[in-house]
Formats: sequence, C-alpha cells, structure tokens
Amino acid sequence: MTHITVKVDGTTYEDEVEPRLLLIHYLRDRLGLTGTPIGCDTSNCGACTLDLDGESVKSCSVLAVQADGGEVTTVQGLAQDGEWTGLQRAFHERHALQCGYCTPGMIMAARDLLRENPHPTADEVRQGLEGNLCRCTGYQNIVRAVLAASEEEVTA
Amino acid sequence: MTETVEREVGRARPRKEDAHLITGQTTWTDNIDVNGLLHFALLRSPMAHARIERLDVSPALERPGVVAAFSGRDLAEGLASMPCVWPVTEDIVMPDHPPIAVDEVRHAGDPVAVVVARDRYTAADALEAIEVDYDPLPPVLDLEEALAEDAPLVHSDKGTNRCYTWPLKTGEDFDAVRQRAEVTLKRRYHQQRLIPNAMEPRAVVVTPIAASGEYTLYSSTQIPHILRILMAMVTGIPENKLRVIAPDVGGGFGSKLQVYGEEAIALAVARRLGRPVKWTESRSEGYLATHHGRGMIQDIEIAANRDGKLLGLKVDLLVDMGAYLMLITPGTPLLGAFMYPGIYKMDAYDFTCTGVFTTRTPTDAYRGAGRPEATFAIERTMDELAAELGLDPVELRRRNWIRHEEFPYTAIAGLTYDSGNYEAATAKALELFDYDKLRAEQSDRNDRADTVRLGIGVSTYTEMCGLAPSRILRDLRYVAGGWEAASVRMLPTGKVEVVTGTSPHGQGHATCWSQIAADVLGVPFDDVEVVHGDTKAAPQGMDTYGSRSLVVGGLAVHHAARKVVDKARKVAAHLLEASENDLEFTDGVFSVKGSPEARRTIQEVAFETFSSHDLPDGMEPTINAEHLLDPDTFSYPHGTHLCAVEVDTETGQSRIRSYVCVDDIGKVINPMIVEGQVHGGLAQGIAQALYEEAVYDEDGNLISGTMADYLVPSAPDLPEFVTDRTETPATSNALGVKGVGEAGTIASTPAVVNAVIDALRPLGVEDVRMPCTPERVWKAIEEARS
Ligand code: FES
Ligand code: FES
Repeated sequence: MTHITVKVDGTTYEDEVEPRLLLIHYLRDRLGLTGTPIGCDTSNCGACTLDLDGESVKSCSVLAVQADGGEVTTVQGLAQDGEWTGLQRAFHERHALQCGYCTPGMIMAARDLLRENPHPTADEVRQGLEGNLCRCTGYQNIVRAVLAASEEEVTA
Repeated sequence: MTETVEREVGRARPRKEDAHLITGQTTWTDNIDVNGLLHFALLRSPMAHARIERLDVSPALERPGVVAAFSGRDLAEGLASMPCVWPVTEDIVMPDHPPIAVDEVRHAGDPVAVVVARDRYTAADALEAIEVDYDPLPPVLDLEEALAEDAPLVHSDKGTNRCYTWPLKTGEDFDAVRQRAEVTLKRRYHQQRLIPNAMEPRAVVVTPIAASGEYTLYSSTQIPHILRILMAMVTGIPENKLRVIAPDVGGGFGSKLQVYGEEAIALAVARRLGRPVKWTESRSEGYLATHHGRGMIQDIEIAANRDGKLLGLKVDLLVDMGAYLMLITPGTPLLGAFMYPGIYKMDAYDFTCTGVFTTRTPTDAYRGAGRPEATFAIERTMDELAAELGLDPVELRRRNWIRHEEFPYTAIAGLTYDSGNYEAATAKALELFDYDKLRAEQSDRNDRADTVRLGIGVSTYTEMCGLAPSRILRDLRYVAGGWEAASVRMLPTGKVEVVTGTSPHGQGHATCWSQIAADVLGVPFDDVEVVHGDTKAAPQGMDTYGSRSLVVGGLAVHHAARKVVDKARKVAAHLLEASENDLEFTDGVFSVKGSPEARRTIQEVAFETFSSHDLPDGMEPTINAEHLLDPDTFSYPHGTHLCAVEVDTETGQSRIRSYVCVDDIGKVINPMIVEGQVHGGLAQGIAQALYEEAVYDEDGNLISGTMADYLVPSAPDLPEFVTDRTETPATSNALGVKGVGEAGTIASTPAVVNAVIDALRPLGVEDVRMPCTPERVWKAIEEARS
C-alpha cells in the first residue's frame, strides 16, 4: 500500500492505495467520482480522458500513485457555480452527444486541444480528437461544437 | 376536435438529456454502488470448442477477499436455458443454451466459472487459480463446410449444424423469368462479422431483498421490459418480484437488445449469496461475449432485360448464427428478406435463408439488423447490372423504381409501402452532390490513367421501420407482440409526466416525447418530464430497437396526450357550463366559442380534477390517460445516398471525398436529433464498408479481440457529411413519422463500396470484399492486372 495525496476537482484526498490501482478506478471506486467512464482496456477509446497537472491523460493508463501530489480535473469539476464552460455549452447546443458515454472524455480532450491550439481548423480538431472514439455521433457535431467553442475563444 | 398549434414538433431543440451527461452526473450501471456490494468475474473459455473434462473452483476460494466461486454445474440448477423468441420455422433446431457452460464450450469466451469477491481486482485475479482441463473438439468455422454430411457438430445432440431454412417465393417463378430474361448476373457477397462496440461496456448489478425474495436488476440494456419477463422465466424469480432498471445506457446499436447469460448469472449469484453483486465487462471480454452482427454469405442472381427493366431476383443466404441462438438470432436475416427487392418493381422474387451454427460468438441484431445486408446486396447488384448494360447507375434505378404516383404500392416481397418519393430525394441528392461535375472529373482521371481514381457510388433504399404490427410478427413466428405503451399524467400543479415503454440509450426520447406531449397538451416543453427504463415506474413496454421508438412509442404518447385533452375538455365544459362542442382548445386554453373570457387553462383543469370538488357526474378524479398502440403496418423511410471516393491505386487507400444523403423519414419531430442519428448511422455503415471486421483464426480464436485490433473509425477517418431531407409524410400514422435510427447505416455501406468499385472498374476490378482495406483493394487491382 502506498500513501497518496491528490487534489481532484478542487478537493484534496489522502488515501492508501495498492501500487497497481489505476487512477480511473481510484476515482470511480474509491472516491465515488463516477463522472469519468471507462470504455476499454487498451487505452484506445479515450472515454476516461481527464486533466492531470495541466496535461490531458487517459486515466486508464495512469496509476493512482502516479497522481500523488498532483491535481486532477475531471468533467465533474468544469462547471463553476452551475455555470457550464463554453465547451459544455457548445456540446449541448450543437447536439455533439447522443448516449453521452464518450462525452466526458471528448470534452476533456477538446479542452486540451483548444488550450494548445485556440483556433483550430476542422481537420485539426479531427486529428486532435483521434484518440477519442464515439460510436453515436459520427463526430461531425463534435467537430462543430469544438469549432464553435473556439470561436467564442473559450478555453477554460 | 382538438385544435393544437404546433410549437414544438419540428423544432431543433437542444436535448434535455444533455445536462447530466455533459457534467458527469450520470448513472451508468457500473456507477451503481450499494452497501456490501460484491463483484464477480467470469472465467471464459480460451478455446472455440472443447469438452470440459474437469473444473475445480476451490483454489480460487483460498484467495483473500474471495467470497464465493461457482462452476457452470454449480449454477445450473435453478437456471433454465437462455431464451430465443424467434423460432422462425416449425422445424428449427433450438439447442440448449445454458447461461454458463456446463459440459462443453462452443466459442472462445463462453463462460465456464464465476468468482465473487470484495472488489473487481480480486475477482479478476482469482480467476487464475481455477483449474480447468479442456478436451479440444474441432472448431466449426466455414459456413459451407459446416453443412457437409461429415462436418464436426457444434451441438452434437442435434445431429446437424443447419439451424433452419426459411424460404419466401413471390410473384412468378424465378426460373421461368430467368428463361425469358436477356441478361442475368450472379454475384456472391460476404457480409463480414461486425462487433457493435457501444461505447459503454455491458454491466449488471443485482440488489436482492432476501427476506421478501425481491430483486432489482440494473442492466445496461435496451430492453428492460423484455428482459424482466425473460429473466423471470430463466431464473424462476416471479416476474412481480423482479424490477429491471436500465439507467443511463451508453449506446446499444442492437448489442443491448439482448438477454445475456451474465444477467441470469448475476441474479443466480445474488440469490445464492443474498448479497448485491456487480459485473462489468472489459472491452476485450465484451468482444467475445457480447453478440456480433452481420456474418453471412449472400448469393444473388438478378434477371433483367437489355433496357434495364428488372424481371426477377433470387437470393440465397448462408447466415452465421454463431454457437447459440440468442434472443432473435434466427429472425434477424428475415427482417432483411422483405427488403432485398428494395424500391424496385420486378416480377419474381425467390429468397432462401439458411441459418448455420458455428463455434463463434453468437450473432444477433446490429444496427439495421438484416436490412443493411439486404440493401447492400441489391444496391451492389444494381451497380453491377448498370455496368453490364452500360447504363448510368442512377438511370438504371430510375427505370425500375416505384414512382411517386404509384403509392401505396405492394412490393414484390409482399409489403405495402404507404408513401414515398424516390424521384424527389434522388433529384435533391444529385444536385447537392454535383453529380455531373464529378462524373466529368472521373472520366478525365480515367483518360489520364491517373494513379488516384475517382469513384462514385449510389445507393437508393427503403427500409421497414417501426417493428411492431403484432399480427405480422405472429405470421413470422416471433413470439411476442410489437405494441408500445405510453401514459400521460397531468399532475395537480399542471406539470406533466409522460411514461413511455421505450427505453432510450442516446436517441433523445425525453426531448422528443416532451415535444410531442407539449404540443398536444399546449403546455411548456420544460413542464414535461419523461419517465422510462424502470419496470416499476414504467411497467409496460416493448422497449427500443429497430427504429420503432418514435413510430410506435412516440405515437402512443401522442394518442395518450390526446386522450388527456379529451378528458380535460369534459371537465372544462362542466366548469364553464358550456357544451363540449362549443369549446375551443388552443395553446393549452379551453375557451367558449364567441366568449373568449370564459376560459380555463389545462393546468387549472388539472388542479380542479385533483381537488375534485366539482367534476361532471361519474367522472374519475384524474385526467391521466394511457394508450397502447399496435400499428397496422410498418413505416418506410427511404432516401438516396451518394458517395465520391478517391482510391490511390498504388497504395490501395480509399478516401471519401464527399458524402451526400437525402433521407425521407416523413415528418420530423426534432431536426437536430434526426441529423445526429443520420451522422451516427453513416459512421457505422461506412465503417463496415472500409474498416471493421471481426476476424477469427483457423482455430476459432478472435484475433481482432481488442480495440487496438478492431478498427472503430475515429474522427479523422470520417468525412464531413452533407445531409438533407425530403418530407413525404407517412400516411399510416397520425404524426406522419417514419423512423430514422438505422437509415444511415443501411444506405451508406453500399454507397461507399459502389464508389470504390466504380473507381476501380476501368482497371478490371468487379468486386472487393468488405471491409475494403488498402490491402484488399491493392490486391484486387493486382489480380485484375495479372
Ligand atoms: S478507458 Fe478507453 S482509453 Fe481509457
Ligand atoms: S455519444 Fe455515444 S459514444 Fe459518443
């Protein structure tokens, strides 16, 4: 067992964890923060994407111990005082989700994309989201949503 | 008459479902946690076919944290065979299908043992400790060899791998028609196996109340109502003590239109232990255990005259059932049987389908279920015929399709299409696509012998939606009905609850049903809440699949809301001391004709009805209404899809350059949701054409067994789609709706493959097996060259 301290969506947690425990399972099963889902076991789908210390990571390929001392932001930590971010609004307004299972990961990946490239082209958005699979939308409305958010210069 | 102003229907409303999904406040089944929850994991067969000689779970029990372990034999008592509800013929072979294997495994991934532990890691680890000796048996993989006299048997007690043969012959005798035809063509197409890949893996949670024998089963299912009935039958738990909840469900595409062994196992384990249990599949486990789609060989023969007039069609299918019959495995290809002739007129149709058992994961419904396969076959063949006759493929279609003025039209397979306008949809699509310009560019490239060729693919289709009419289902030997239930409750405060028997997993029912109810009742959209997916809260229903939700379920909501208005009108008339006939109802307000100040809002009526101080004699104090709808017929969306593909003849790489579709789904409730459904459908159909395939090795191992090996397209793999619509309302229902969920998938696969072949035809290529990967395309070019 290893002692870790992690700040998640603004709250600091201290825990003893098995060294092999994945960050996504730590969040979901130990902290009950189930806003980030799991879609695969091969780091291919991107459903579990979140922000660790300013980098977007697939949390199914990060150990909880690797997040020790770090700061995690999940989709649950985006809205402030009930106010959605521009990306969340854009996803809603452009119908960029259907079942919504890929959505937390998509929003987190898109957020990272816009941080690095605030005004991407449609192709750049497509390339940037390559690691995130969606089975419902055919991606078109996701691309539209990300472009719409970028036009608002929303990078929060 | 009720007069309503349509304020909501037709409006592109962002969805009410989104709020919790984009903020991470979801209840996927795997999110559910309860005190004392145990997790179970399943040991699965590593072999395609083997006898279980010995299986000992006891070493697993010694691991700390393990609470129980069971073999298939341990659990067999108290569990009946898994259900198949579509025995398509009288003499169909229906093998036993234990939820967990007892003596023999029949596909890689067949479960053989269960470990129940305190957490999921411990359960998964302890699987390793289980000792199993397998005696390998020969795998059965090839559909034709499986039917040979001396083939090894998937189910030895059945004496055959042939599950059934189902024929449909209509019109003239095909052989006679072939005799008088000027042209005949034969083609063989392979519909590769696909893995549906809903993004949410399947999950099951069971919470028992041991004292009363009640159980709640949470499942990531499309069919909570059907699941409840069938789980009661499989486990013997009385139906009225079993509650099934489908919480947020992350996609289905047919793969969750199923009653799975894991659901029965979860109930059995929870019953044994008196403790809540959870199981969640990993993606690679799901690839083995969640049903696959498609999987058939199609032999097609078409007969025509030189002028392109179709005379007859013969279809022979060999369909891979996989190792067991799941819920509707045998019936899936029959849904296509009626669709092979497509939108065309002809004199003879001769269809035969043979189901074959193999030692692979069972197949069942996958987006479109039977109809994509059918549409592919006819639309590919139409292109082949056009090439043979030297006709433009659009022109060939035009010469054969049912014309707008001919509707309603009873097509050769026996279905009566109520409405359609293929001319309009095609004209619009050609214009958006700039067909003539692309054809000019194509011939230019051909003339220059460009290494990058352009191909244009056409697909015109119709489908049958709204899987419902119970009498027709009876004729097809489907054991259940196809009706749908809705109830609409006006609450005392004037808010509205709509209870639907449909069970969405991304389709936006809450939004669309609210739009429908809001219009009929004249209440604000935001005042409507939709209840679904819980057999206690929505006790009746037939669930969501086959693009039936709107056409059956949405329509039931419409009718239930109309009944509410009718009843409210009686109360309003009483309160206003007017005759019902003198009341107008507009925008939620009843008013007396000619004296508009005499008025009651429907919300006021709701409160008056609740207080029930002054109701008409004999009226019950409620204005709730229920409607169970069993339509007379299906609905028939149609459309025209056009695809331009650039194929690099040196690398075999195909790139979609443009994709245009014009679908006619009748009246549209929410255009934004419709567009989203079309996009998603296109992505899945294009994926079949170009990317996806479940591949087995010669021992029957699934070698495309993870998301790393099975190519689900990501954003850069797909083009920007141009989608548009024509609107020819269905005449067979009050809303004029037709259904949209599967259209994109059905039409796109042949459009894309036709385009690839069209690009390569000048090089002598006539076909490429799906998926048209660069390697296959390149090889086809090489073969044609040599
Ligand atoms: S769960 Fe699929 S990438 Fe992490
Ligand atoms: S919205 Fe369902 S997977 Fe993306």
